[in-house]
Order: sequence, then C-alpha cells, then structure tokens
Amino acid sequence: MENKTGRSGLFIQGMRDGVPIGLGYFAVAFSLGIAARDAGLTPFQGMLASALCTASAGEYALFTLIGAGAAYWEVALVTLITNARYFLMSCALSQRISPLMRNYHRFTVGAVVTDEIFGITIARPGKLEPAYNYGAIAVAVPCWSVGTALGIMMGSILPARAVSALSVALYGMFLAIIIPPAKKEGPVALCVAAGFILSYAAAVIPGVSAMSTGTQTILLTVLISAVIAIAFPIKEEPADE
Amino acid sequence: MSKNYIYIFLAFAVIYAIRVLPLTIIRKPIRSRFLRSFLYYVPYVTLAVMTFPAIIYATSVPAAGIAALVVGIAVAWFGGSLITVAGACCAVVFIIELILV
Repeated sequence: MENKTGRSGLFIQGMRDGVPIGLGYFAVAFSLGIAARDAGLTPFQGMLASALCTASAGEYALFTLIGAGAAYWEVALVTLITNARYFLMSCALSQRISPLMRNYHRFTVGAVVTDEIFGITIARPGKLEPAYNYGAIAVAVPCWSVGTALGIMMGSILPARAVSALSVALYGMFLAIIIPPAKKEGPVALCVAAGFILSYAAAVIPGVSAMSTGTQTILLTVLISAVIAIAFPIKEEPADE
Repeated sequence: MSKNYIYIFLAFAVIYAIRVLPLTIIRKPIRSRFLRSFLYYVPYVTLAVMTFPAIIYATSVPAAGIAALVVGIAVAWFGGSLITVAGACCAVVFIIELILV
C-alpha cells in the first residue's frame, strides 16, 4: 500500500496545507517574539523555545513567567494547564492511527500536535498519514521559530495593518475545518454553535473571564463535547477499516 | 541567561509528555460509545471555542474581526479550500481596516 510516490505525494500535500498555517504562524510568532524580547530572551533562545514547544498560548505564558523570574514548578504547572487541550487532541488522534503504522511515528508526529496541525490532520479522511504531517510540520515549524526570532530582533517593525490582517489567517483555517462537516452533520453544527456562544459568554462573564483562555478552552471542550456525546452518540463502529 | 534554557527545556518536557502520552498509551480502538462520541466531537468544539471571540480581538477593530468571521463561514460553507478561506479572511480585514482605521 505504502509506496514511495504515495509518501512523497502526501508530504507535498502536507506542505501545501502547511502554507496558510505557516503564514499565520509567522505573524503570530512575530508578536510572540516581542513578548520574548521583553522577558529577556535572545533570538536563539526564542527560536529554540518555539521550535521545541510550538504552542502559542503556552509559550506566551512561558515567556511571561521567565520575565517574572518564576519558580521552576510554577513554569511546569502553568505549562501543564495552558497546554492540557493537546492531551485531548492526542487522544482523538490516537483513534486515527493505523495498527500498521511504525511505532516511532507516535513519538515524532505527537511532538507537533498544534491546534492547526491537529485541525488539518483531523480534516483528512481515513487514517493518520505521518508523511502528511511531516510535510505540514516542515513548512509551519520553521515559520513559527524564525518568526519568533525575528520578532525578538526587530520588535514592532511589521506594520500593524499587516499583523492585524495576517493574524486572522489562523481563524480562517479553523473555519475551513469546522464549517464543512457542520453543514453535513447536525450534531457537529451544534458543537460549533455551542462553542462560539459559550466561549463568548466565558470571555465576558465576570469571574469566568479571569481564567486563562487555555483553561477556558479545556473546560468548555470537555463540557460541550460530553453533553453532545450523550445527546447524540455517534453511530456504532462501521466494522474495521 | 543560562537559566532561560532550563525554563525552555522544562516547558518542552511537559508539553511533549502531554502530546505524546495519549498517542503511546492508547493503542487500541476505544470501545465505549460515549468516549468515541466524545472524542469525535472534541476537535470541532475546541476549534470553535478558539475561533470566537478570539477572532474579534485579533484585529485592530472588532468590526474587521466580525466581518472576517462571517466571510470565513460563508466561503467555507460554499466549499472554499483551507487557503482560500484563510486568504479571504485576511483580505476582508485588510480592506475594512483601510477604511476604518
């Protein structure tokens, strides 16, 4: 099944889908770099942090804590909380792994489960194809790391207009992933609507809005998904694929 | 200075564990219908939660973010690809901010 042209085809497909991600990453990473500079990181340190962690909210929290001279345990705890949603995403991905896939891919594909890469992975039908993920990673992660380093070096050189326009690229991608299945499946449409409404509520209700967005994301995800899973359980397994 | 490296590697270790543990521990298809339904819905809910209202705060004026949301939903609804939808959102924000800001 898995021949060489198939794999390189998947890699290129991944690279292509990685372009809008990389574009959005670059703009976001640039502003993240400004935060890293304020915390006293060198461009190399910023690039390293971004290449290893590939997490926007998580890195933002990390840089803030570094700037504040926080204790190591605080960094570990905050990192755990701001990135807990990746745990759920990886659980979801585990269900897409073919038993035939080589083991080491679990360790390498898993290292770069970002919101966006998770999104495009889930959007593909069928089993997870590591080559596709590596293609997307090969484009997106350099944009992310270099963007961070450039943000540290050049500060706010990019015009605000460009940052503003580029920063919605990420959300556009999210919409491209969630809207087509929502059009086809009622419960998914309900997921999207409930997600929009309740996260807006969480952002404006006093007290709740004091929680970090990472915490809000995970609490709302668990709550909404659980309720909809009870109300609309998916059809029984269509035998083995 | 070198303390920064400890911070960075510490954060990496925690994030890596969060991401890779489920992939290495969960080896079999989950049987529970509830859990499978739950995991099926998780991605859509997460992405929706992260999109709104964040898209409004990402732009200089909220109106641009709202317009990007509406246009993005419309383009995606009519089958636009990943890059088309993302590009349409960027273009809308750019144009609206040219007018309003």
